[in-house]
Amino acid sequence: MAIPRFWREIQSRYNLIGTKCGSCGKVDFPPRAVCPVCGRKSIGKMQRLRLGGKGTVVTYTVIHDAPAQFEMQKPYVMAIIEMDEGVRLTSQLIDVKAEDVTIGMKVQSSFRKLGQEGEAGVIHYGYKFRPAG
Amino acid sequence: MRDVAVIGIGETEFGELWDRSFRDIGIEAGLKAIQDAKIRSEDIDAVYIGNMSAGKFIDQEHVSALVADYAGLADMHLPTVRVEGGGACGAIALLQARLAIASGMHDIVVVGGAEKMTDVGDVQAAEILSSTADQEWESVFGATFAGLYAMMARRHMYEFGTTREQLASVAVKNHKNGALNPEAQFQKEITIETVLQAPRVAEPLGVFDCAPLSDGAAAVVLCEMQKARKFSDTPIRIAGSGQASDFLALHDRRDLTTLDATVIAGKRAFHEARLQPKDVQVAEVHDNFTISEILAIEDLRFIEKGKGGPATAEGLTALNGKVSVNTSGGLKARGQPVGATGVAQAVEIVRQLRGEAGKRQVVGARHGLTHTLGGTGATAVVHLFERGD
Amino acid sequence: MKSGIVSYGAYIPRYRIRPKDIGTVWGADGEAMGRGLNIRAKSVPGPDEDVITISVEAARACMAKVDIDPTEIGAIYVGSESHPYAVKPTATIVAEAIGSAPVLTAADFEFACKAGTAAIQTSMGLTLSKMMKYGLAIGSDTSQGAPGDALEYSASAGGAALLIGVDRVAAEIAHTVSYTTDTPDFWRREGQRYPSHGGRFTGEPAYFKHVSACAQLLFKRAGTTAEDYDYAVFHQPNGKFPVRAAKQLGFKEAQIDAGLCVREIGNTYSGAIMVGLCAILDEADSGDRIFAVGYGSGAGSDGFDLTVTDEITKLRRDATPTIKELIADQVFLDYATYAKYRGKILMREA
Repeated sequence: MAIPRFWREIQSRYNLIGTKCGSCGKVDFPPRAVCPVCGRKSIGKMQRLRLGGKGTVVTYTVIHDAPAQFEMQKPYVMAIIEMDEGVRLTSQLIDVKAEDVTIGMKVQSSFRKLGQEGEAGVIHYGYKFRPAG
Repeated sequence: MRDVAVIGIGETEFGELWDRSFRDIGIEAGLKAIQDAKIRSEDIDAVYIGNMSAGKFIDQEHVSALVADYAGLADMHLPTVRVEGGGACGAIALLQARLAIASGMHDIVVVGGAEKMTDVGDVQAAEILSSTADQEWESVFGATFAGLYAMMARRHMYEFGTTREQLASVAVKNHKNGALNPEAQFQKEITIETVLQAPRVAEPLGVFDCAPLSDGAAAVVLCEMQKARKFSDTPIRIAGSGQASDFLALHDRRDLTTLDATVIAGKRAFHEARLQPKDVQVAEVHDNFTISEILAIEDLRFIEKGKGGPATAEGLTALNGKVSVNTSGGLKARGQPVGATGVAQAVEIVRQLRGEAGKRQVVGARHGLTHTLGGTGATAVVHLFERGD
Repeated sequence: MKSGIVSYGAYIPRYRIRPKDIGTVWGADGEAMGRGLNIRAKSVPGPDEDVITISVEAARACMAKVDIDPTEIGAIYVGSESHPYAVKPTATIVAEAIGSAPVLTAADFEFACKAGTAAIQTSMGLTLSKMMKYGLAIGSDTSQGAPGDALEYSASAGGAALLIGVDRVAAEIAHTVSYTTDTPDFWRREGQRYPSHGGRFTGEPAYFKHVSACAQLLFKRAGTTAEDYDYAVFHQPNGKFPVRAAKQLGFKEAQIDAGLCVREIGNTYSGAIMVGLCAILDEADSGDRIFAVGYGSGAGSDGFDLTVTDEITKLRRDATPTIKELIADQVFLDYATYAKYRGKILMREA
């Protein structure tokens, strides 16, 4: 069981905590120690930043061949979302019919179960996205 | 740097090889290559093995030593190296071996690639493949490997109007080529309809848009150019190589419809070889999904960006078309034992340039290219090969 | 100095199933059951939802209405009878997910359907005593009824979070009183999938006795009668019990209508009275007086006399969907999908 591996990411997975480069302002998610744009200049200058949770769908797919954790939800929609802060991430779209998903639609974050380490194991939580009102 | 040539090739058939273990297939390909090269064991200076995940598929790490051992080379105490780089590992192994010879460190190196994927169930195998994506920020959230490529396909359709039929034409072409290849996993032609009506995997990709899980191995023998002529009448020179990396997660890349790693690896290889795409008659590109081949022919500059779909549908990349792409059947029809891919692609190109490709021979093939990807494009390797004469 | 509700928020999963579709599978007249219970539909949690996700969404909805630094919340308590873990509190995950961690106390409560109101009382004590600036009391459940049992028609999913404090109080709690006895009307032993209950014993000697006794104590403490209140809300295991209790206590239908959410979403157990209270707060005006008496099997009732203050106009009550909007956002399921989502189908071991 990868307990510490999941525990370590709780802040980012629950609260969309990323980093902002103190040198150029670029936002990264998840947090980075080094800005991909500034390199060495950014070391020690990366600031914690909480993303607002709102974004736009850039591309998506409907997954039919699901991994074990997602068996109960298939077919389900996955998307790459560009957050309002400019950074992109990959997440599941929920509360929406697959045929209604479009590139460019606005979405906002929700808190949902990502999976569990079996019936007796730890449950993992994190972000999923639903259509924004 | 010294010139390096391929003097021997060998491969197993690809498919579900239930009765053969990882050791069996690794050895078989290696021995075939050594025989083809007409070298003796004592001539070998080093062994490089491309293998993505023997640790997860068969619980075995340290496969470099394992393969050399079972090939009968243990007493020679050779340096053995296992290379990992997602699906690109075979091609990276080839590049590393080339560098070892070019630097003067070694003269003759055997490069193998092998993967045994069918000892675990389908679902587990798919999850192992997904571990070359970003485990923490893609896979954990439910993005499967096919799902990530499907998202590239969706965006390509959105930006350039590529259609599912055009994607399907990649699979149809590769199955047609595969039917001419006795080592291919699938040797049956298929139609566009078959592809479109196949069960969906991750929309817009269906079962026939995806390369299979396979067992298999391939090997080549590399030799310093001057020495190579002692062993082979048709040494095939590695004219140029390029390797590039990119952000691991698809969502961090600059452009979802271009694999920058392919573009840059391609440019590096063409630059070293002093060649252009138009000089290449035959190419083995990484078609783990139909969309991947479309992106590859665009990113390698065979076809203009955005026109990969129509170009394939119109037959520009068919056998003896403008550039013959994936004459072996590609990953789709020939099979995709991950670690073997990069080396198997080199085997096919060498065969083509030697004029030994039989029914699928590309007429007048002088220059060939291999293109291999790791993960969803975080690694790309391109090799250019040239006939010696 | 009084304590009260500083902010509030709720979450109801969007899936629903109708009594008719439950009855069909078990050879019962589901529509008649529904009429008998005065329930038109019940809410069903999706496969990626549980008491933890519902509690987080409710807590976030609560914090969205008001500008309060989450690190000023000194205590978080989550009451439920369907916590995902038997050991490992829901409250700690809520704490991380709203940014309150790590300087706070937290715990999970259990008292059947009144675990959430118990959390309110505890938070009142902590804030009135000035030990903490704010306490967050959450009642949230994804309760199960055994397949084919009467409870299957009503046991549903949802939750609400109330931020309790003594500053910026939008609904002041003037009085709280409780009535508690050892009454085994409804229970679930450790390890059992589904609860058990005493049938008709859950009525007079259980629900009605405690709600009535608590209500009378509250009237006495506050020096009031039913006419003094603008709204009344009771624990709502179905749409009949609270209506009867209200009538017996002298309340009119108009007073209980706003808070009677059970008719559309079923019984959200620890969330029930709190979701009803949120529905009232969504529309209440300054000066409105609210009579709230919950009930938890086992058994006990917590009663509250609240008065809405001017502060309510400062809350961004439309920052997140109102209870009416949550109720209206509905997707109906058939029994098979409902059974799949509720884990009632025996799956192969992973």
